[in-house]
Amino acid sequence: MNWIVQNLWLIPALPLLASGIIALTPRKGRARGAALAIGSMGISFLLSVWAFAHVLALRSSGELTTQVFNFHWFQFGNEWLSLGWVLNPLTAVMLVMVTFVGLLIFIFSVGYMAHDENFTRFFCFLALFAGGMLGVVISNSLLLLFMSWEIVGLTSYLLISFWYHKPSAAAAGKKAFITTRIGDLPFFLGMVWLYSQTGTLLFYNNGAGCLEPTAITHMLSQATPLGVCAATAIALLIFCGAVGKSGQVPLHVWLPDAMEGPTPVSALIHAATMVAAGVFLVARVYPLMSAQHSINGMLTTSAALQVVTWVGAITAFFAATIAVAQWDIKRILAYSTVSQLGYMMMGLGVGGVAVGIFHLITHAFFKSLLFLGAGSVIHGCSDEQDIRRMGGLAKYMPVTFAAYAVGMLALCGFPLFSGFWSKDEILHAASTWNVSHVPYFLGAAGALLTAFYMSRQVIYVFFGTLRLAPAAPQDTHGASHAPAQADAHHHGSGAPHESPAVMTVPLVLLSIFAGLLGFAGTAAWPWFQSFLENAPLKLDFGAFTHGGILPVMLTSSVIVLFGLGLGWWFYGRRPIEGAEAPDNLGRLAPAAFNFLGHAAFVDALYGATFIRFNTLLSKISDWFDRWIWNGAVKTVTQTVFGFAHLDNFIDTHVVNSGFDEGCEGLSSGGRLLALLQAGRIQGYLKIIAGALVVFTVLLLWKASI
Amino acid sequence: MSPATSPFPWITTLTALPLAGALLSLALGRNKAMARWTALAFSLLSLALTLILWHNFNSAADGFQFQEIHTWIPSLNVDYRVGIDGLGLLMLLLTAVVVPISIFASWHIEQKVGLYFSLVLSLQACLVGTFTALNFFHWFIFWELGLIPAFFLVKLWGGPGSAKAAMQFLVYTMVGSVAMLLSFLAIFLSTGTFDLTELATMAQNGTLMPAVVTRLNWHLLTPDHVAMIIFCGALLGFAVKVPLFPFHTWLPSTYSEAPSGVTILLTGAMSKMGLYGFLRILLPIFSAEMRSALTLLLWLAVATIVLSAYTAMAQKDLKRIFAYSSINHLGYCLLAIFAVVRFTGGDPLLTSQKFAALDGAFLQMFNHGLTAATLFWFVAMLERRSGGLRGLNDFGGIRKAVPVFTGLMGITLFSSLGLPGLNGFVGEFLIFKGVFPLTMWAASLSIIGLLITALFILSILQRVFSGPLNERWAHLPDLTLGERLALLPTIGLMFVLGLYPQLILGVVNHTAIQMALHLRTF
Repeated sequence: MNWIVQNLWLIPALPLLASGIIALTPRKGRARGAALAIGSMGISFLLSVWAFAHVLALRSSGELTTQVFNFHWFQFGNEWLSLGWVLNPLTAVMLVMVTFVGLLIFIFSVGYMAHDENFTRFFCFLALFAGGMLGVVISNSLLLLFMSWEIVGLTSYLLISFWYHKPSAAAAGKKAFITTRIGDLPFFLGMVWLYSQTGTLLFYNNGAGCLEPTAITHMLSQATPLGVCAATAIALLIFCGAVGKSGQVPLHVWLPDAMEGPTPVSALIHAATMVAAGVFLVARVYPLMSAQHSINGMLTTSAALQVVTWVGAITAFFAATIAVAQWDIKRILAYSTVSQLGYMMMGLGVGGVAVGIFHLITHAFFKSLLFLGAGSVIHGCSDEQDIRRMGGLAKYMPVTFAAYAVGMLALCGFPLFSGFWSKDEILHAASTWNVSHVPYFLGAAGALLTAFYMSRQVIYVFFGTLRLAPAAPQDTHGASHAPAQADAHHHGSGAPHESPAVMTVPLVLLSIFAGLLGFAGTAAWPWFQSFLENAPLKLDFGAFTHGGILPVMLTSSVIVLFGLGLGWWFYGRRPIEGAEAPDNLGRLAPAAFNFLGHAAFVDALYGATFIRFNTLLSKISDWFDRWIWNGAVKTVTQTVFGFAHLDNFIDTHVVNSGFDEGCEGLSSGGRLLALLQAGRIQGYLKIIAGALVVFTVLLLWKASI
Repeated sequence: MSPATSPFPWITTLTALPLAGALLSLALGRNKAMARWTALAFSLLSLALTLILWHNFNSAADGFQFQEIHTWIPSLNVDYRVGIDGLGLLMLLLTAVVVPISIFASWHIEQKVGLYFSLVLSLQACLVGTFTALNFFHWFIFWELGLIPAFFLVKLWGGPGSAKAAMQFLVYTMVGSVAMLLSFLAIFLSTGTFDLTELATMAQNGTLMPAVVTRLNWHLLTPDHVAMIIFCGALLGFAVKVPLFPFHTWLPSTYSEAPSGVTILLTGAMSKMGLYGFLRILLPIFSAEMRSALTLLLWLAVATIVLSAYTAMAQKDLKRIFAYSSINHLGYCLLAIFAVVRFTGGDPLLTSQKFAALDGAFLQMFNHGLTAATLFWFVAMLERRSGGLRGLNDFGGIRKAVPVFTGLMGITLFSSLGLPGLNGFVGEFLIFKGVFPLTMWAASLSIIGLLITALFILSILQRVFSGPLNERWAHLPDLTLGERLALLPTIGLMFVLGLYPQLILGVVNHTAIQMALHLRTF
């Protein structure tokens, strides 16, 4: 077996190890912390490239491109539980993406977090995150994947509440952890169910893995009380985990709040990688998701994939509408992320692994670019996040603006940018879906909204005149970030400034990929798709004209241009009057704008229903504990005391004297004796002594009969 | 039955060692430092001795090891018989680990130091006795004697409500014990033996209950009812100790009123006496009766898990939160123990689920002991710094003042939450892996407990450690070097067991197999 397959574990292990060492590093070891994190990530990146090259080599030599390494972890009963890792095209693509984007964001963080007193801790958590995320990617076992998945959830929690002295950050971290855990618990059940059905949690194991035909066929044949076959039930339970992690409706509420974390965290975890783990999970267990009986030889979509599609399509559209009415630069991007994750899910549902994952990869680049760009903006504007107080920044921050523009066009799906190719594939697949056309229309409407809210954001931030409040903004980061603000004021005296090279260079690198990556997967040369699906590849410009690809492309181009034009019509025609001016769209329909501005009041709805119900339940169970069950105990106690007094009346002499003698022997130091005389201990101890005496007497008496 | 006996009385030595320590620290009580160091030395000596046993234990052998058999009361056919299997050994190790933690957490006790530590060590002796006895007669003596030091430790060194709490604890557990005693007297009168192995064999043959029914001769009741009454008596004793809902209400007040060092002993080791009783006594002897009451028992286990988690969420006192959390964690063990009774026969798939469930329960017992003990240790350290305050709302933002304390307690909290990579996860995974196929509904409902646990644990992190720093605690001292060194092995063990659970499973797995196979032909 090849060296890189055998040692694939090094890729997550290096950042993990770095994180462990940084954890033990004192707070002032800033340089060492950053160097360890970046260094380990750099080596992991090189190893990932090696792994990628290995898969390419396997492919060109015509060998099997899925290679696994499994090992025993622990023993229960007569079997061993095995874990392992798998190197296949999906793993390779994800590894390279995560390590590359991660590396750039690590470097960016050196600049962004430069003034934070917990700089070292930040890199410890980032490295831990990288370890967990890479663990998710390489796992060849659903259990190992779940474990890494939870580690990733932990680091997401730690990093969202990184500025823990802000109550909102602490609350957001908790909300993220709990909301994703709501999805994780059905996932956990699905996992144990899968285990009991197939007897293994290894994905691939020379035909004995749980994703291989034998196991899938077995699960399809098992009926459940719910009326669906076991395969579908398990697939849906696992999908719940993906819904939580990838912020799909109805568990999307945590992701916008997660923007409380430092911006590099939003870029890395809550845009590029972790939130995409749900999509990756669905792709990883795709044989299970798509498993179904063929009815009369017809190929239809499995029930599980239909659910995936619908959830994705609804999320894609719904989140896009909310993004239209947000004011916080990061919250707009957050809802956009939710929406794009919906596209990925939909892509998986209607088009297959390659379609969904292609969008995952392009999105990782352009969305982390947008977030880092937003970070650069926030950094340059002394921690201002409200787009109403920005404006005209193109002049002050040219590099950031150029990079941001590339990211924005890629996200909108502007022709030839990466997002165009990947989103188009999803829409094309949706337009030919054999179940319903509604997801296609939802997706197309979402694309229009995307172009609209992004042009709104860019116009607000980069065009017009500067509306930044001259006074120092309210201290949103509290004490620990105060030095950063002081510093910003020091060299900028309130005026926006371009960020240092350590921040702009990653932006430029990312924008190159955000612009060009799409060409790896066009219809004419679908290298990416053929790589993931191990299909033959050929260059064929005629492919655009097959299967309705060209009409869909043209339609979506028109939609994007229309959305951008609409954005300009609303916000760009006249310069925005001032920070207090109402939104032009809001003027048109205040009620709807307010409704969307509050994210459709989903949080309020959950607060009034689930959370209230949960709190009520805890109060009720506490009340029962105090009054009903404890009342029962008190009754028992009183009864026993009644007996004790009766007993006391009958044989005080016998028990007491016997006990006193025993005590005298014990308490030679005099301490215990003093103790006994001070309290009513004799009475209590008598009960124990009494029980033992009764026990012995009964035994002797029975034995003598 | 001709078990090999041990040439050296290892187990009796292990039982007697803490007693010797108890006497010595009582005698040295005038010098506080001497008493503390003596207690610590003896607890570490016990740990060393237990590790020797661990090392010499043959994890592939059937039956009990290091056995000692001596005729004791011939007229009653009572032998002094002790020995350990994987489960017993695991409980010995847990005891040996928890007692030093308790001593560390009690280091700053200033009143009646000698007596305090001698009671702690006496309790350890009783625990060792309970975990090794193979004859009900002296098993019960240890079981009951353990109450005496526990009672005094709670009452004399506890908080303002400790007298009442100790009384409730004592009476409640006594009632359970008396019920259990009566059941076993009935069994003894019918069978003439207290030997647990013999009783298990008789139960398996189906001769035990008929003998009891004949002997008791209660004409008004059917044989099934008689058997059920005998079972309920025995169940009550253990159900109170673990505890099983709704017999748990003594626990929160006792745990919160007891000094934290004692709470550590109660939750870390004594609560395992109840579970151990379920596994060693109820499961082999009363499987048939458990099976007839299974639906009710499973509901009670689910209630234990879910309701105690919900109740923990409503608490404002850290110790009460952890007390309810303890009930919740042990509820998973009970769930596993009840679920394995379901289904008889030799279906290899179901049997393999039973292996998983029992292995999971064993792991969970150890892990809960370790984690809960460490959590209460942190509470003790916090109380000492805050002058006795330990309310959820008394602090705020102290992570800034005590970063190391926060980090290490955070790890322990996440271990309690069941985070993969730390010790709590594998046990819970194995329990659910085994229980789900055995009883789908109970496992699915119990999963709610995992969610609520996360909720209240994160609330602790949020309210105590995060938010703006409460100025009152701006100068809270962080962990001292000594405290860090003492914590190091404990926290280290959490990681080791999280990453390499085979360390424990390798030792207990054979016992789990034997227990499950015993159930198969019941």
